[in-house]
Amino acid sequence: MRLLRAISPSGWFWIGAFAISLFLAEHAKSWSRAHDMRWLMDTPRAIRFPIKDDISDFMDWLVNSATFGLFTFTQFTRAISWLIEQPYLLVKSMLVTGWVEGFGDNAVQLLPPFSWIAVIVTVFAMGYYARNLWLGLFVAACFLYLAIFGQWESAMVTLSSILIAVPIGVAGGLLLGILAYRWRWFNLAISPVLDLMQTVPIFAYLVPILFLFGFGPVAALLATIIYAMPPMVRITTLALKSVPEEIREFGLMAGCTNRQMTWKVLVPAANRSLMVGVNQVIMLSLNMVIIASMIGAGGLGYDVLTSLRRLDIGGGLEAGVAIVVLAIALDRLSQAFADRNPPDHSALPASPVRRHPWITTCLLVALGTGLAGLFLPALQTYPRELWLTTGDFWSKLVEYINVNFFDQIEAVKTFMLVTFLVPVKRFLLGLPWPWVIALLTFAGWRLGRWRLALLVFLMSLFILVNDLWDKAMVTVYLVGVSVIIASLIGIPIGIWSAQHKRADRIVAAVIDTLQTLPSFVYLIPVVMLFRVGDFSAMIAVVLYALAPAVRYASHGIKSVDPQLIEAGIVSGCTRRQLLWRIRLPLALPEIMLGINQTLMLAISMLVITALVGTRELGQEVYIALTKADTGRGIVAGLSIAFIAIIADRMIAAGAARARKRLGLEEAR
Amino acid sequence: MSDEAVKLSARNVWKLFGDGAETFLKNHPKPDSSKLNEAGLVGAVREASIDVRQGEIFVIMGLSGSGKSTLVRCLSRLIEPTAGEVLFEGMDLLQASERKMIDIRRHKMGMVFQHFALLPHLNVLRNVAFPLEVQGVNREKREKRAREVIDLVGLAGRESYFPRELSGGQQQRVGIARSLAVEPEIWFLDEPFSALDPLIRREMQDEFLRLQSVLKKTIVFITHDFDEAIRLADRIAIMKDGLIIQTATPEQLVLEPASEYVREFTRHIPRAKVLTAGSIAQPAADGTELAGEVPAGAGIEDIADRVESAGLPFAVVDANGDRIGVIDGRAIVDVLIGRER
Repeated sequence: MRLLRAISPSGWFWIGAFAISLFLAEHAKSWSRAHDMRWLMDTPRAIRFPIKDDISDFMDWLVNSATFGLFTFTQFTRAISWLIEQPYLLVKSMLVTGWVEGFGDNAVQLLPPFSWIAVIVTVFAMGYYARNLWLGLFVAACFLYLAIFGQWESAMVTLSSILIAVPIGVAGGLLLGILAYRWRWFNLAISPVLDLMQTVPIFAYLVPILFLFGFGPVAALLATIIYAMPPMVRITTLALKSVPEEIREFGLMAGCTNRQMTWKVLVPAANRSLMVGVNQVIMLSLNMVIIASMIGAGGLGYDVLTSLRRLDIGGGLEAGVAIVVLAIALDRLSQAFADRNPPDHSALPASPVRRHPWITTCLLVALGTGLAGLFLPALQTYPRELWLTTGDFWSKLVEYINVNFFDQIEAVKTFMLVTFLVPVKRFLLGLPWPWVIALLTFAGWRLGRWRLALLVFLMSLFILVNDLWDKAMVTVYLVGVSVIIASLIGIPIGIWSAQHKRADRIVAAVIDTLQTLPSFVYLIPVVMLFRVGDFSAMIAVVLYALAPAVRYASHGIKSVDPQLIEAGIVSGCTRRQLLWRIRLPLALPEIMLGINQTLMLAISMLVITALVGTRELGQEVYIALTKADTGRGIVAGLSIAFIAIIADRMIAAGAARARKRLGLEEAR
Repeated sequence: MSDEAVKLSARNVWKLFGDGAETFLKNHPKPDSSKLNEAGLVGAVREASIDVRQGEIFVIMGLSGSGKSTLVRCLSRLIEPTAGEVLFEGMDLLQASERKMIDIRRHKMGMVFQHFALLPHLNVLRNVAFPLEVQGVNREKREKRAREVIDLVGLAGRESYFPRELSGGQQQRVGIARSLAVEPEIWFLDEPFSALDPLIRREMQDEFLRLQSVLKKTIVFITHDFDEAIRLADRIAIMKDGLIIQTATPEQLVLEPASEYVREFTRHIPRAKVLTAGSIAQPAADGTELAGEVPAGAGIEDIADRVESAGLPFAVVDANGDRIGVIDGRAIVDVLIGRER
């Protein structure tokens, strides 16, 4: 009884809405059939305005007829590809192919690429310079792993793409971020674009990029840059805004011009936060390598993809692990550079050779091993005879598990499907669309007034008129189920680890690693154990999206004002009361943001799970990719983005309200 | 001091925060605080007028939220005032073009900040040389000048240290050196010692007075600490709720506080540190036996020992040597123990 009375009127409203939804989901379908009102369940013909053909036509026009007068649009875009290709080829020559004259069998190598030893010494030096000996050794060990396990060449191809994509992404992001900081209108104009760049799945714009820039590494690079740049823009704007007001005022008082202010005061003062952005760009680029390999980037991603296609479990896993190793090495390295303090006041030696001992050493090693490699090839290329492979082991392990634990795995899978996944799916698919749109719009109005309501209404209408309603509902189902499970697992772990120091350290390490892994990697073991289908997709999504739920929950609990905890203890709260009455309510906004992030990651993972045969918008995008259907891909991609944006705005508005209610608004 | 030329002055400067502040002020000249509240505006600075004379230390004192920081930012035009004039050497700064403003700031203004505002990526030498660097002064010349001022603030030998390697007091010395590198004609100090520990604060105040005795800059000094204001100021402007309540010398503030609010501040000030012989001199009958003469401008604290031990009154004489009254041991004790007569 007390519980019933504790529910507020708006709480009753939502409970009522949910009850009606349940009822509708059960009966609306048969009822609409009986009364010949099928338009309730499916997009009525009268309001179908699919725009995919228009987009495809526009693309055709752009590729075939658009012209600037002196040159055509395609020539223009191809010129850009050429421009980006040059530095890429240079880096690739340095790391992989060397400089070659002639083609095919007649090719003569004029200059070899950097030897594996030289590259390892270089990364060691970078690690040592950025932090300490241990980091240097760690990074060197990672690269050595690549050599020993025969992944060197592919890894270097991948590294070349990263080395080109990251500087372009960082520089572009920095410039756009600065512009957004300087001009409010630019900021307003660019934020929705960034939202779309981050939420539209990359498959959706792969096709138009292919048309415009041609098949090959450059198109892959461009797709990677589009995907990896937005966080840099946001972090730049944020970092510049958080430069202390006094520093900005000092710049003005020193008489800086606008340009001096930006480049001599603000950007260097924000350096540390900016490096976080660089780290993000690196990680997102790595995340992209497999998808990029589909359009000709080659490298490790290509190896994973071909192995997956051949069902070569061991090979796929090895290449996958190589990506992970590369990712971890680059992540730690860039983080160390971000944390690095400028050198202390010790005097610098005068001679340039002695002032830069590491650069000198690296150059000498590169030259030395290059020359010695002419006589002793093992110094140039890691000898094939010494390769190790664990592929067989993994294949056997998976086979063993599948043979011996088939029944148990199958039982878990069936249980989850029958009791949870299928009912949710049926519920969502059974809802008539007018009810869903009305409910969403009303929720938008409650949380963010007419602005949010209008946004939600228009976006859901877009999905409806493009006849993607059912697929969108399956998307919502898959994401929703995964987010619920990820939250159920992640939030308690986060809360628990926030209160136990040792657990916290272990959990943080695991979470860090989970976040470094490219999304594709999750698919490999999951598919091996659970085969294709919704359940596998869900597990992969949960694994991929778990990290923010844990991290935000832990951070939220930890950042509760210790004075409030002390006040609770003094009032005689038990540990349980402390948790439920003080920590959790105050950490709630933060936990909501974590769920929001989990949701975003889950949505971005969908397109990838489409590869294991789910039937939702991700699959629609994927089909469009294989058929090179620009319009279809973009419309489905936009629909995914809209679902993400609707969810994001609603949760953000909810979290903001909660923060305001708790009086925490200023604290963030 | 009072006959020196006015270097910087503010005339009826207003700064209102909120939408439509400018038009509101045009339609309602001199609004009071209730009117501002009605319009949803915040009057950070209201009708402020000050004159800062050549070579004086002008302190603007107020508690947090009184508008003192906003006022100093209006004076340097870091914040655009809503209305009024800011005259620097007779020129209205608010009419100056951006180019002109950059020029003035580069060559004639220096500012020290509460939290030092040092650039974290530059060492002491490059931080101090930074204002010269943005002017385009060549490296050799600017580093020579930077070493001079670093020497002046007593940080010689620390040129290659980074800000994070220095203590708070040392960092503020860098801030001071940096603001002096361009030899500014007007020197703004925005609560420069507030972020420091009390002992260091005192040391820095002494250091500041020593520097000023050498440099003789025109100074606008912001503080929330009345003791600090009394200690450093030639004249003090006291602000409350955006209004300047009283502008006077420390002695005048103690003797004739303009309001209860000001009196409240002066109550705990040791009067002997503020009052001079001239202000407590009593008229004396002719033929009183005297122990000697003291100048009217002498601080009570400095002459107390002498007067009290002599047993006889002293004559107080002004700058021309004319006697304006006498002062005896009892009068000194009155001041020292705060006894009203």
